[in-house]
Amino acid sequence: MRYLLLLALCAVLIILLVGCDEMTHQPRYQAAGPGRLFPDGKAMQAPPAGAVAQDDRARAAALARRPAMSAALLARGRQRYDIYCSPCHDVAGTGHGAVPARGFPAPPSLHEPRLVQAPSRYFVEVITSGHGVMYSYADRVAPADRWAIAAYIRALQLSRDAPADALEATDRAKLDGARLDGGAS
Amino acid sequence: MPQIFTASADTWLRAGVLLAALGVLVTGLLWGGAIGSSYITAVGWVRDQPVPFSHKHHVGDVGIDCRYCHTTVETGPHAGFPATHTCMTCHSQLWTSAPALAPVRESLATGTPIRWQRVARLPDYVYFNHSIHVARGVPCVTCHGRVDQMPLMMRAQPFQMRWCLDCHRDPGPHLRPPDQITRMDWRAWDREGHADYGPNQAALFGIKPERMTDCTLCHR
Repeated sequence: MRYLLLLALCAVLIILLVGCDEMTHQPRYQAAGPGRLFPDGKAMQAPPAGAVAQDDRARAAALARRPAMSAALLARGRQRYDIYCSPCHDVAGTGHGAVPARGFPAPPSLHEPRLVQAPSRYFVEVITSGHGVMYSYADRVAPADRWAIAAYIRALQLSRDAPADALEATDRAKLDGARLDGGAS
Repeated sequence: MPQIFTASADTWLRAGVLLAALGVLVTGLLWGGAIGSSYITAVGWVRDQPVPFSHKHHVGDVGIDCRYCHTTVETGPHAGFPATHTCMTCHSQLWTSAPALAPVRESLATGTPIRWQRVARLPDYVYFNHSIHVARGVPCVTCHGRVDQMPLMMRAQPFQMRWCLDCHRDPGPHLRPPDQITRMDWRAWDREGHADYGPNQAALFGIKPERMTDCTLCHR
């Protein structure tokens, strides 16, 4: 009787302790967690060879066609450039980013003539496949964003090398005014 | 004279005293704030990681955006652990023989992922989606703290339901411009001057605070 009672008490305590888990750890697979069902022990599996993802066609189409230039495209490109490119290429595209400053081989300036003359597709291809010591960014930058970054690189290049005649009259007047000020001081 | 105590009386007494002691202990813990203590919430506790990765160095010193590594934070429920490929984007050239990075090189060579220990974890009965919070302008720092000042990653907030609800009941004051989502230091944010910003954003996005505390919003 006495032992039975102690046993029952222990059982109750164990059940209470189990309750402490409160279903916080449910027996299910987490995205980046272990998965014992698979030989490599990962819950997240790479698609088998030859598999075609539902959005593969859309991605290929986005990669094949250069989107029309627009302010929204440039804004998106600037944001993506600042996230993924500026650590090495720096925000101005001169190649003096924080990572080269720590010893990474410095990338060429995006303002050098070879890259100014390169077609936008060249930048998209470099982002997709990498170049030299630059790894591929295909897993981090979506196809449409690669074109957006390429468009923003064009804007960066223009910012350093725009013919003054291309300016609108008001901007041209400001520029000339600034030149006069600079000459006078 | 009949016996006053039955044969099992002693056991009953012991069991009663044990239960009473347990009750006092649990009451004391609850009364003393055990639930909110860092022992339970793990706030400020550092976990052992295979690589002593420093967010302070990568975010604070080098200035890399959160999304460089946590690539799916804007598009999916999970912020995403970076693939070893992402680490090696720089570390194929930098610190190539550092002993601390040996597990990263081994991971790349063998194709085995690095076993990071999760720091910011929610219970399995909570549905949480990063992308909607990011799109609406809840900055990373609100939940994850000043990771740019953490040499080793630690949990910054208790991640308890009442903490979630504090924001869900009145999201306005916590909203920031979505294009500055990864900004860490908001001390320069003029709260008085932006008093209308949050409520306006909440109205713009159609956020209804009365629906934001629905049980099924997070417990699906």
